[in-house]
Amino acid sequence: MGTLPFEKHMYELKSKIDELKSLATEQNMDLGKEIRQMEVKLYNMQKEAYKNLTAWDKVSIARLVERPTALDYINKIFDNFMELHGDRYYGDDSAIVGGIAEFNGIPVTVIAQQKGNNTKENIKRNFGMPNPEGYRKALRLMKQAEKFQRPVICLVDTPGAYCGLGAEERGQGEAIARNLMEMSNLKTPIISIVIGEGGSGGALALAVADEVWMLEHAIYSILSPEGFASILFKDASLASEAANAMKITAQDLINFGIIDRIIKEPLGGAHTNVDEMALGIKRNLEESINRLIREPIESLLTKRYYKFRKIGKVVE
Amino acid sequence: MFLERGSYMFEFKRIFKKSRYIEVKNLENDNGEKKPNIPTGMWVKCETCGKILYSKDLENSIMTCENCRTHFRIGCRERINYTIDSGTFIEYDKDMISDNPIDFEGYSEKLQSLRDKTTLNEAVITGEGKINGQHTVIAVMDSNFMMGSMGSVVGEKITRAIESATEAKMPIIIFTASGGARMQEGIYSLMQMAKTSAAIARHNEKGCLYVTVLTDPTTGGVTASFATLGDIILAEPNALIGFAGRRVIEQTIKQQLPDGFQRAEFLLQKGFIDKIVDRKAMKDTLAEILKIHL
Repeated sequence: MGTLPFEKHMYELKSKIDELKSLATEQNMDLGKEIRQMEVKLYNMQKEAYKNLTAWDKVSIARLVERPTALDYINKIFDNFMELHGDRYYGDDSAIVGGIAEFNGIPVTVIAQQKGNNTKENIKRNFGMPNPEGYRKALRLMKQAEKFQRPVICLVDTPGAYCGLGAEERGQGEAIARNLMEMSNLKTPIISIVIGEGGSGGALALAVADEVWMLEHAIYSILSPEGFASILFKDASLASEAANAMKITAQDLINFGIIDRIIKEPLGGAHTNVDEMALGIKRNLEESINRLIREPIESLLTKRYYKFRKIGKVVE
Repeated sequence: MFLERGSYMFEFKRIFKKSRYIEVKNLENDNGEKKPNIPTGMWVKCETCGKILYSKDLENSIMTCENCRTHFRIGCRERINYTIDSGTFIEYDKDMISDNPIDFEGYSEKLQSLRDKTTLNEAVITGEGKINGQHTVIAVMDSNFMMGSMGSVVGEKITRAIESATEAKMPIIIFTASGGARMQEGIYSLMQMAKTSAAIARHNEKGCLYVTVLTDPTTGGVTASFATLGDIILAEPNALIGFAGRRVIEQTIKQQLPDGFQRAEFLLQKGFIDKIVDRKAMKDTLAEILKIHL
């Protein structure tokens, strides 16, 4: 299990189970019955806990270092993934991974924000926070997908666009805006899946799609709960209250009609069973890609426009 | 020189000492027109260069300092009055106000008190009018209303204005002034970025002209959506234009930022805007651009 605060009492039980298991082996005792009882108890505890997760609990799951990253899924869902690099103007952003692959024999383009699974990798990947050249690489690959009529699948997982000096100098705002505009009428199907953190505009720049899905415990927000608490509650430590107020969970967003589908995670979170999670994503993609590639492009673009057009609550 | 006005000076020095911004209230005159009303006899000190400015001169220079060319922030109604030919402005969606989509505590009350205080319904006014006889759709944001933040109403009004322009094959000019996306509407505000950008995409596909005028301040989700998508992007001198907030960047890089960072002149140097235009020349510049694109 990953180290999640709300799972503390479950760790204690899990430790006991492990202790019993090693005792049984060492001492050649049959503790099968006791172990099974405790495992059932653990399972029920987990089920209960995961039925009642708060928004802040979900934030901790989405940010878990052990949580599977884009590349973990790409290699299990797609065949023959060939990573392509560079934006052709400035550089190659490691926070964005993109390339071509096959999905059940269909050529596709896959693009993702890529976090690291440990500190060293996180530094290499800038914690999944793209610079403008990352968004421009994504755009280049998407335009290429359009040219060759390949569906685009985006895996979204970022705390946000990088807020560095160079990023501002190279037009971070413009890079995001350009992606929003170009994705909105890209003449090929696009599916975006928020697999971890959907951090604001930096996430949206890969999520203007025909279908936007979220994994069960992923989050998608205008700002981080810490940032929100800092601005509106004048106290960054009120992040958990902010998370609840902001409505950032997959369940909130599907209720608002802002996302189209939630993909269930294995009990305990995606990190407890990457293969099962990847299979779940793959099954959903099979259904959707087959449907979307059969749709006339004009009709697809009209639906995509209205998907975002209808979002907003006003009083007239 | 101004010793006899000593007490006046002291009074206004105190009032205007901290902020560059001067609130100019719009009052209706006898013709029912709303014009900026600066009480006569007032003197204002320019915070940038220290020059004392007479109210009449300030009004005539469209709220800019004659000495150092500092452009004070102005509200959207003043902006429309200076830019659009008198009597030609038709406002769209004037009664649209915000809902409370994520049920954020205190939001509805805050909106009501702002509507009362500013006489604005929201942070943008949209419509159509003429600039030196050239017909155009126009949207002007106002940082007086919740720092010009973009929520559902700003997103919807701007999208409708763009769609009207697309439908009629007309140009659109958008004056931006915003602290970014409106936090109180959460994910709904974020989606307005996609919505407005998608509307621009369609307007663009029809071969129509979109001119952005970036004014002080233009930041966050507005910069990262429609504000940087203009065919031609103009900016007012020294306007603050950027994506991330200064403090956030400083905390991220743990360094001081260079002088002039995120100012219009910096953006011009880095290749992100087309032209810096002084407010006194803005109307004619826009008219010229519209004419060339007829």
